[in-house]
Amino acid sequence: MDFPELLAIANQERQSQKAIRIRCCVAAGCLSSNSLVVKERLEIAVTEAGLVDCVKVSGVGCMRLCCQGPLVQVDDSTQSEGVGILYKAVTPDHAPAIVSTLQSLAAPESPYLQQADLRHPFFTQQQAIVLENSGIIDPERIESYIAAEGYHALHHVLREMSSNQVINEIMRSGLRGRGGAGYPTGLKWATVAKAMSPQGEALRTANHKFVVCNADEGDPGAFMDRSILESDPHRVLEGMAIAAYAIGASQGYIYIRAEYPLAIQRLQIAIHQAQKLGLLGSRVFDSPFDFRIDLRMGAGAYVCGEETALMASIEGKRGIPSPRPPYPAERGLWGFPTLINNVETFANVPPIIRKGADWYASIGTEKSKGTKVFALAGKIRNTGLIEVPMGTTIRQIVEEMGGGVSAGGVAKAVQTGGPSGGCIPASAFDTPVDYESLTQLGSIMGSGGMIVMDQSTRMVDVAHYFMEFCRDESCGKCIPCRVGTVQLYQLLSKIREGKATPADLDLLEELCDMVKYTSLCGLGQSAPNPVLSTLRYFRNEYEALMMNSNES
Amino acid sequence: MTVKTLTINDQLISAREAETILQAAQEAGIQIPTLCYLAGVSEVGACRLCLVEISGSHKLQPACVTKVAEGMVIQTNSERLQNYRRMIIEMLFAEGNHVCSVCVSNGHCELQNLAVEMGMDHVRLEYQFPHRTVDVSHDRFGIDHNRCVLCTRCVRVCDELEGVHTWDVAGRGAKSHVITDLNQPWGTSSTCTACGKCVAACPTGALFDQGSTVGEMVHDRARIEFIVNARQKRQWQL
Repeated sequence: MDFPELLAIANQERQSQKAIRIRCCVAAGCLSSNSLVVKERLEIAVTEAGLVDCVKVSGVGCMRLCCQGPLVQVDDSTQSEGVGILYKAVTPDHAPAIVSTLQSLAAPESPYLQQADLRHPFFTQQQAIVLENSGIIDPERIESYIAAEGYHALHHVLREMSSNQVINEIMRSGLRGRGGAGYPTGLKWATVAKAMSPQGEALRTANHKFVVCNADEGDPGAFMDRSILESDPHRVLEGMAIAAYAIGASQGYIYIRAEYPLAIQRLQIAIHQAQKLGLLGSRVFDSPFDFRIDLRMGAGAYVCGEETALMASIEGKRGIPSPRPPYPAERGLWGFPTLINNVETFANVPPIIRKGADWYASIGTEKSKGTKVFALAGKIRNTGLIEVPMGTTIRQIVEEMGGGVSAGGVAKAVQTGGPSGGCIPASAFDTPVDYESLTQLGSIMGSGGMIVMDQSTRMVDVAHYFMEFCRDESCGKCIPCRVGTVQLYQLLSKIREGKATPADLDLLEELCDMVKYTSLCGLGQSAPNPVLSTLRYFRNEYEALMMNSNES
Repeated sequence: MTVKTLTINDQLISAREAETILQAAQEAGIQIPTLCYLAGVSEVGACRLCLVEISGSHKLQPACVTKVAEGMVIQTNSERLQNYRRMIIEMLFAEGNHVCSVCVSNGHCELQNLAVEMGMDHVRLEYQFPHRTVDVSHDRFGIDHNRCVLCTRCVRVCDELEGVHTWDVAGRGAKSHVITDLNQPWGTSSTCTACGKCVAACPTGALFDQGSTVGEMVHDRARIEFIVNARQKRQWQL
């Protein structure tokens, strides 16, 4: 494979496009409401209407408005309007009606069909970088990705840039880890690039390094990484390959949870296709660079998203965290320097290389660059996937894009960061979304779950729910997390049932502090966060539930 | 090998480069409480008792795995650390079924000693009273899971000193427990060599010699020290 061949594939793919494109979402959300049958029926309807020559039906990734699925978008290049039509809640029976609108050329006012307003802020305020191909390309066809400038960045890197230049470009872009902690990605790459493999052992004479993609997304309410992998898997592979070139690795692993069968299947297809074209494997683009990617399936432990536990799991050991330092960048998989980044972080890499670090750094806030994908869920009208520039306020996301709370309620708080995060009260909705601001509010950016709560939500219940989650997911290695989460859960249950005394509340706070500062890994250290942040903003709800101390 | 100088509890001490804070402190006669740590096998940093404060870092670090560095200023016994440690011991007492009065290790128990050392006079946490089992299917030894604190010393000595890996941990969170082979009765284990190192390593009365009664079980740590010294320092005399 060389560059002209890549361009030829892209051209051929573009020329094979037809005047009218019907895109049907086949990501997990819409699939679960029967979108595969919708797609089949659309294909049949197109054939029956004799439009095969000018209409192409294709399955694509996420089109954002997940709550209204299945989604079908119709783009007619013969019409000059530019914006297509997005049909929502499409059933298989709608297929003939959608196709008939193409023939009559009349405005599709069929009573059965519902259109989504593509001019709504939910769509117009999004800025797609990570999701630029999502909902547009066919995730199961590499040609579709190549036609969208796919693997161009990898070629550019291999032919035109030294590994140092790549690292500097990522460093200058200001990209930070999208797994939640926000560690500067360029700095991490530079550390791994400089790290040396342990010397002295016969097996380890070669300077082995590894690239690992953390796709063990497990926060309740978060589905960003799944959507990226289901919608545009090649982007992650390309990002990993660029990282591997930058740090000098020749083997990569994607650690993905087994609960994502569709994402796994699409990744397998993508890896196979890329290898077949010589974009992965030996001598990528006929350069001396070799890079293989293997999948490793997680068996359902949330803690395996923690990097040291994740590596233990890849090595075939029990997935429990170990103390850092040494950091994976120094001693990772089997003792070799290892780069671990999240799915979304890798997905940001190809556009940064393609369009330049300056372009990327121009988006976002001073310290948080680029965009962030959020999974908007909870008591909100427009549930789905959004990608917004860093610095967008929570109010914009909830009220404008999300369309406010469903059923006329009033937003009370937003939970970000899952079990490691916290609740942001409505009074702080004008806070811009970036790493520092959210940390200051006692929450975290997290991987991107955003759960909206209305007045009917009791905050003690929220803390109780997340503590139950942490209790169930604690690995049991260190005492503060193993015992502390059980005790905290029981205290919260007691408070919830109105059986607690103010002394219990004091103990709750003391335990939170202790578990936070003494636990071994991030799971335990952040397990008290939902309690601490609800105590900070909604302490009155806890106090209202206290048993009258005179009675006791 | 370079030597580092550092300050522990306002006392200037020197340490070899590769040493951990715990080793350096012990050599200087400064005691840091430990539970999962066992000299001679790998450190896991799981019990969190040896956490120390290091100036310039807002995170507490486990002394057993943290390497010394030049100019480090360490505090091992602040009031905050004492409170945390007492809470950890309280947690262990609340988690298992630790009844000293009927325990084979009464008077020779590290958990008991730690509770005394921490000044734990009562437990503020809710006792869990878990249903746990006793396995006395082995000819010579027994395990009482009620007294297990999950320090994993037995797992490590079995794997690293005896090279057998009969022991491992199953389950997660509060359901974690040590198992022999594929979670089968100890007596049916085909890998166990009956060497007894796990029993010698156990800090509580969880692992015991069959036939011992209240207060009789003294874990013979010297056996493990002998093997470690022989292997690491090539010293064959006790």
